[in-house]
Formats: sequence, C-alpha cells, structure tokens
Amino acid sequence: MGNVRDYQSPVRPTWCTGCGNYGIWNALKRALAQLDLLPHQVILVSGIGCGSKLPDYTHANGLLTLHGRTIPCATGVRIANHGLKVVCTHGDGDAYAEGLGHMMHAARRNIGLVDIVQDNRVYGLTKGQYSPTSDRGRVSRTSPWGALEEPVHPLAAVLAAGGTFVARSWSGDLDHLTETIVRALRHRGYALVDVLQPCVTFNRENDYAYYRARVYRVEDEPGYDPTDRAAAFVRALEWGDRIPIGVLFQTEDRPAYEEQLPALAAGPLVSQPLRAWSPEEIEGLLAEFV
Amino acid sequence: MADTDLSIRIAGEAGQGVESSGAGFALALARGGLHIFAEFDYHSRIRGGFNYAQIRISEHPLYSHSEPFHLLLALNEDTLRRYGPQTLPGGAVLYDEALQLQPNALPQGGFRLFPVPLTQIAREVGGSELMANTAALAAAAAVIGFELQPMERVIEQNFRRKGEAVVEGNRRVARATYEWTRERYAAAFPWKVTVRPAQRRMVLNGNEAFALGALLGGCRFVAGYPMTPGSPVLEWLAERAARYGLAVMQVEDEIAAACAAIGAGHAGARALVPTSGGGFSLMVEALGLAGMTETPVVFYEAQRPGPSTGMATRTEQGDLLFVLHASQGEFPRIVLAPGTIEQAFEAGWRAFNLAERYQCPVIVLSDHYLATSLRDVSPEELGLQAVTVDRGEWLDDVQLEALPEPYRRYRLTPNGVSPRAVPGHPQAVYSATSDEHDEFGHIEEDAVNRARMHQKRMRKLETACREMRPPTVYGTADAPLTLVGWGSAYGPLRETVDRLLARGRPANMLHFVDLWPMPVEAVSFLLARMGQLVAVESNYRGQLADLIRMSTGWEVSRRLLKYDGRPLSPDWILERLEMAAEG
Repeated sequence: MGNVRDYQSPVRPTWCTGCGNYGIWNALKRALAQLDLLPHQVILVSGIGCGSKLPDYTHANGLLTLHGRTIPCATGVRIANHGLKVVCTHGDGDAYAEGLGHMMHAARRNIGLVDIVQDNRVYGLTKGQYSPTSDRGRVSRTSPWGALEEPVHPLAAVLAAGGTFVARSWSGDLDHLTETIVRALRHRGYALVDVLQPCVTFNRENDYAYYRARVYRVEDEPGYDPTDRAAAFVRALEWGDRIPIGVLFQTEDRPAYEEQLPALAAGPLVSQPLRAWSPEEIEGLLAEFV
Repeated sequence: MADTDLSIRIAGEAGQGVESSGAGFALALARGGLHIFAEFDYHSRIRGGFNYAQIRISEHPLYSHSEPFHLLLALNEDTLRRYGPQTLPGGAVLYDEALQLQPNALPQGGFRLFPVPLTQIAREVGGSELMANTAALAAAAAVIGFELQPMERVIEQNFRRKGEAVVEGNRRVARATYEWTRERYAAAFPWKVTVRPAQRRMVLNGNEAFALGALLGGCRFVAGYPMTPGSPVLEWLAERAARYGLAVMQVEDEIAAACAAIGAGHAGARALVPTSGGGFSLMVEALGLAGMTETPVVFYEAQRPGPSTGMATRTEQGDLLFVLHASQGEFPRIVLAPGTIEQAFEAGWRAFNLAERYQCPVIVLSDHYLATSLRDVSPEELGLQAVTVDRGEWLDDVQLEALPEPYRRYRLTPNGVSPRAVPGHPQAVYSATSDEHDEFGHIEEDAVNRARMHQKRMRKLETACREMRPPTVYGTADAPLTLVGWGSAYGPLRETVDRLLARGRPANMLHFVDLWPMPVEAVSFLLARMGQLVAVESNYRGQLADLIRMSTGWEVSRRLLKYDGRPLSPDWILERLEMAAEG
C-alpha cells in the first residue's frame, strides 16, 4: 500500500480553515494510496473554483482547465492514454452549471473517469452567489429575492443519462468518503461521486451539523440493492430531513467507451509508435482517389 | 486542334445525385487523361433547390473554375428553366424527354436543345428508372466526344457494392444512351475532348487532401461536431480510424471537441479538431487554454459566410482576423491558409509539426470553395514523399531518467520552447494550468514571474516566425500589376495572371499560405518590388490587406472584394479589373 505522503505537493492549500475540501483532498490521497496508484499513474483534471485548485496542491499529474470543461478535457486525456487513472475534481458550479451537459454525455458514453464533485452548494471563489444545488429560496448576492430554480439532482440526472456508477458521500466522514472513492476508482466506466461539503465562509446554513444530522448510508438500509436502478432513482431524488449517501447504483454490465474504440485495442494511443507507412498502405490510400 | 476548355454544368434538385454524378464524371475524365476542376454549388437543404456541379475540362492543368458553361445537363425542370438561358451561345442544353416540357417552357437562346429519353432507356434497357443519372452522364460524354470506357470503370466502382446485376444494368444503360445521343447530337456540339494517354491522376478536394495529410502526418485523435463544410474531414478520418489506429469521436458540442483535443494533445497524441467558423466561435475559450498550457493542437476551420448561420453551403474568407485574435489575452498561435490541393495536403501534416515544435495551437483556414472543389493531381505533385514528422523538443524516458534536477515543464529558455514531457513518467509529474504559473506549472501570480512567463510564451512566436514562409510569387517579374491574395484565392488569381498575360498585359500575384506569425521582413522586401498592389479577397473589408498594413505598414489600397457567398473566379476578377481600368 502506498503512502499519502507520496502525494505531498510543495504548494499549500489556500482553502479556509474548516473547508470541506480538506476532507475530500485527504480522502482522495488515502484512496489513491490504498490502491497503490502512484503520482505518475494518475492525472487529476479540474476546472475553475476553490475545489478545482486541488491538483495544484497534490503531487500527481494535473491539468487545471476551464470553468465547466473538466469532463471534456479529461475525456481527451483518457482516450489518448487510458493507462492513466483519470480523476476529475471540480465544484458544483463547474460540474452542474457550466458543465452539466458534458456530464450527461460522459454518463451516456460511460467513459472511464472518476468524477468527484465538490458540492458545497454555493459559489465560494466568486464570494457567495447561489449555485445549481442551492435550495429553492436561497438568498444570496445574485438571488436577493431567493433562488427561484429547483436545485439540480445530480445523481438522478446521471442515472437518467445511463450512468453506471452513482454515489454520494460527504466530507465529514473521511472513512466513508475514502471507501466510496476507492469503489469509484475500481469502476470500469464513468463514476460520479457527489461530495457534500460545507463552505464555512459563504454557506453557514449547510454546515457540518446540518449534514451530520441528515445523512444516512444506503449500505445500512435493510435490503438495499445497488443494482436496482429504479430503487436508486427514488433515493437519488430523496432530499430533506434524510439525505442518502453511499453507492446508490452500480453496474458493470456496460463496457467503458474506451474499451470499445478499435484504435485502443493495441494499448494506449500515446504508447503506440506513430505508424511507419508502408508503400502498400500509401498505395492503398492513393487508390481511393484514382 | 485548339486547346480544349470546356465546362459542363450538371444541375438538379437536392437528392437527385448531382454531387455524386459530378464527382463520378470528373474521375472518369481524369482517368481519360484530362485535367479537371469541379466546383459544387448547393443549397443547405435535403430536397429541392437548384444544385449544380460544374466540371471544367482541359488538356492543361486547371487551378480554378470558370463561370461560363458550354453544356447544361439539367436533371429537372426547375434547373432547366433557371440555368438554361445562361448556356453559352453555340452550346447545348441536355435534358430528359420524360420531363414532358411544353415548348413555351423551354429556354431560348443561341444554344441547342438536346432532349434524350433518359428515363425511358434506364427503364427499358437497365430495368430501373434509378439508372437515369447514369444515362445522363453517358449522354453528356457522347455529346463532348469523350469515350465511354473510363465512364464504365467508374460505374463499376460506384455500383459494385450493389451487386453485379446493378453494375451490368448501369453499364447497358450507359452504352445505349451513349449510342442514341452520339448519333443524333454529337455533330451539333462544337467543343470536343479527346482521351489522352492516361497518367495516374488522383481526384480529390481540399477537405480530403487535408485529411490525408493529417493521417499520414501521424494524427491520432480527432474530436468534432458536424458542421458544414468542415465535417467531411471528421467523416473521412472516422471511416479510416479503425484501420489506421485513430481515435475519432463525435462529441456533444464544439466546446467539448476543442477541450477533448487539448486533453489528448496534453497527453501526447497528435490531436485535430475539424470545424467551421460557427463551431470555432464556440472553441475560442479553449484556444486560450491551449495557448496558456502550451498544448499542441490543430484546428481545421473551413470558412463559410457569416455572421452567425450565414450561408451554410457557400464560401467566404471572412474569418482571418477572427482566428488571428480569437480568445482573451495574448499567446502564440500559428495560422496557415492553404490554397490548392497540394497546399491543403501539406498543411495536414505540417500543422502538427508546427504545433509540436512550438507547443501551441495551429489553425488551418480553409473555406467551402477549397474544401469541396475537386482537382486532379499526380501522387508526385501532391508531395507524398515530403511528409515528415517532427515532434519538437520532446523528452523521452531515457532523457527523463537522466535529468539532473526536478523536471520543469515550463523552463525558461532562450527560444521560448520548454522541453516537453507527457504525463505518465515518474520523473515528470507536473500540473499544467490555465492560471499563470511558474516554471514547474504551479499557480503563481508574482509580477516578475508573470512577465517572464509571458515573455517566454511570446518568444515562441518570434522563433516560429523564422520558419514561416514568405508569400509565393507567380507570373511575370517586374509586372506593373500585382494581385495579392491568400488561401483559396490561389487558383482564380493564378488564372487571372495567365489570362492577362495572354492578352499581352503582364501581371503577377503574391499568394500567402503562412499568415501568422507573418514573416514581416520577407513580406516587406517582396512588396517593395511589386507592381501596383491589388488585394483580391472573399470578404468585405480586405482582411489580408488590413493585416499587411498592421504588420508591415504597407498600404494595399486597391481591393477587389467579393462577399456574395460565391467563390472568386478569374472571370469576375478580370471584369472588375477592366471596370476599374475603364472607370
């Protein structure tokens, strides 16, 4: 088993004291160490936001991209080198506002990404605007009359798009979060891990006590079957006094997108040498035009 | 016998097979040893409209279409009525007797009418009215005196998949129509072509030439979203992906396409995004990401008239200054605008070399005219032997293991290029970020660092500029008139120069493929030695002329600008030059 110190970066986080991102960061490093995934075997892809700085704070390959474009950038990396474990870390604005469309297609494609969404239900880096997962009525700088929209239900949305791994955890339970990320890292296709995390500066309502009082593990529910899509859908929409966490749904029935691309059968694209074109092959291409 | 210069317009509504008929006929003519240039004009719709393929035929190499046509092959009544009256005097209009036109519906002019029972022959000889297009092409071949044998080979090739019975039926229809038409009309049509000893000639358009160049140049990843006229590149490469080991993805939108290509480029695959202007507009933010993270990636932007949807199936050179300035901030990019099939092929592989040598985005600007027009070239002319792969400063495993100090992805270097390592090696673990960063890739906002990193990136542009090529000169040295153009203007300009010379008026042209970074000294040197400069462009303001002024201070004040969505042609350019001379 690896050591979490292997992922120690010289850069120290700029997150607020008590930020939920620390829990996510620690759980991710623990999960990587547990699976012996060394820094050069992993690439952390993020977008823009407080949480998206995580790759800069971690000694591993990283690609910090544009707001909302984490998933398509990660998709290109994964196709070019499926020998790398590709992990996305981005916030609820990145994932569920600007990037929600990409997420639906990643789920349809079942591309091998672990998608960790740092869901604090507020915009932190831009100082407190409401987010796609804020409750209706949430008052913020840009919703002075209270948020008018229904919050996004990401787990239900990904299930509806054909997602094969749909999970939620929260940053106040390091063991559960680590275990959930480990399971996601072992999944063959697209794996969504929505992580509820307090924002101690801009979202005082949804603090540690709020979540601690509400979350329950589906694993502890008698008879809960994570291969039952319809049951998972009901739990995915459950939100209020009780909030389900754990792997709500998982199936290994569908192959990952990259497993089906003919060009990748011979190994990662970047490991295959560039083709030396034989005279016969060139002749074959010319023959198409003469 | 006088030189042949004959144009045939095959016209019909969308869905009637105008494009495939034109392409098949062009291929047969090239196999018959003739030079061709085929231009396609169609509407953005699935049915109806007035589509045509215009095939120009000569014994000499052709670089452009010519607007007038000698023979109209009208596949329906609408196109007969619309294009019939434009047929050149002495020419002919060939159409199907099955249209049962009233005499007053027929076009009048100094041309002849050649009704042929195309549908009837197709039905009676071939057993299917679907073979009427074959009959039409055979009739056209008979009228111009072209032998049937090369046509039969194309028929066989095109229908092979449908079985021998269909091939044989089409062949019989072709022969019967050919004989029927030759006996009645051949003598009445004055322009003829002669089959010549056939050299091996390829017939392809700019999209295909570019895609072939990209494939041979080691393109490994393609992501795109369909948009005319760029999507045929996506389709062409997708069709060959499994065979040649490319990953080709149709993704959810152009933003995803650009981002996926950047991800793939970052991971080390030669990555391409084919699109058109509207799609490129969506990719603009990602372009800056490639600039900041110094990721090699190639954009193929086939222009069409804008703004917004504009005209989907028409042509324009309206995006030059857009792609040059797209995305916020300053960063190096390279812009190439091939103008011929050969140049499009070269751009296909050269763009990847430039992208990897300078670790920056490269934009190849094409347009509908170049993308879709067919020309014949020999494999030698295409430049297959010239393909080289240069991956730039790339640290392999051996070099990485021998590194004396921790790897700095963005190391400050005199030429601005930092030796690149792709993720996956224990000695090269780093982050690339869209934020300003230090040499290791960590986010850094320090003022001194910012200025140094910005200078480092921009230095790459100065380094790249040394290998950018000056514009090519064609025509008479020391001529009083110099036509200046870029991209697909090459053919129409070249032929204008030829026609002017034939009239005893020496002229030359200056044609740009490498547009950015502009090799300012070489361009200034050339401009100082040219005649009166006239910019000829397919846009409203004269974007190249503006760019030249911005870069060199030279003013190209005379500008012939066409922005009606139709391609530049030698006929149009000459007419405008003469109008100006008279005026």
